Amino acid sequence: MRAAVIQFPGSNCDRDMAVAIRDVMGADTSLVWHRASELPQGLDLIAIPGGFSYGDYLRSGAMAARSPVMQAVVEAAGRGVPVLGVCNGFQILTEAGLLPGALMRNAGIRFVCRKVTLKVENNQSIFTGGYDSGEEISIPVAHHDGNYFADDATLNQLEGEGRVAFRYAEPVNGSSRNIAGIINDAGNVLGMMPHPERMIEAVHGGSDGRRLFEGLIREIA
Amino acid sequence: MKTRVFVTLKNGVLDPQGKAIHHALEGLGFSGVHDVRAGRLIEIEHEPDVSKADLEAMCSKLLANMVIENFEIEQA
Repeated sequence: MRAAVIQFPGSNCDRDMAVAIRDVMGADTSLVWHRASELPQGLDLIAIPGGFSYGDYLRSGAMAARSPVMQAVVEAAGRGVPVLGVCNGFQILTEAGLLPGALMRNAGIRFVCRKVTLKVENNQSIFTGGYDSGEEISIPVAHHDGNYFADDATLNQLEGEGRVAFRYAEPVNGSSRNIAGIINDAGNVLGMMPHPERMIEAVHGGSDGRRLFEGLIREIA
Repeated sequence: MKTRVFVTLKNGVLDPQGKAIHHALEGLGFSGVHDVRAGRLIEIEHEPDVSKADLEAMCSKLLANMVIENFEIEQA
């Protein structure tokens, strides 16, 4: 199994993501710099990590979404390669047009950094097969721009097609319909604000994030 | 040549920053303010032969996120 974690200037969860993928999934995981125009061959998973790519200039994720490597990521996603974007990675995926909607400033203006309870809305995706549908899990968030926005038609479509993967059990950042993570229409791209890679082993305070990666192994191995 | 691009949130998109600014203005004792919406001004210095179509493409491809924002182009 081969995985790549994309690094932008200002990424800061890249190493945690790589360690999670390597340790939990046993994947041969490489870090790929944003200037690369090509990805390693034969990838089974691409992860876009959290952080503050390009200092959040213009809009969170806006600059990273236009960097050379993202053209290769968009192309790979089009071929069906699974893509996981966490936090800034979710912002980048929406800015790149791989996921609908946008992540706006938190409704309360403040940066939110704490463990939150998520409800698994759909365990039928390649990313959520390690969970039970409707299960509540605990995963930390750490973001300033996690307020998911999309128009009503898009939100209805996401919900109607079972593409809301995770929902906050209670309001965290003003997100439309408490959405914490969504999946693209082809089912191979997940963007989520909470950080599963920060809940991998007991020393992290829990291991609910680990099951996302364990579920992925079964789906893509 | 200089072009100014104004990027603003679309109507109906909640603006938490504008709301906070509004509250701050009220805190400073300014009354009669109904609403505040925050946007962004981008100034572009360019050759005179850069077309309006190119400027519009710059806006829709990068300067504004068309999901949540509108842009207006002002040329001096």
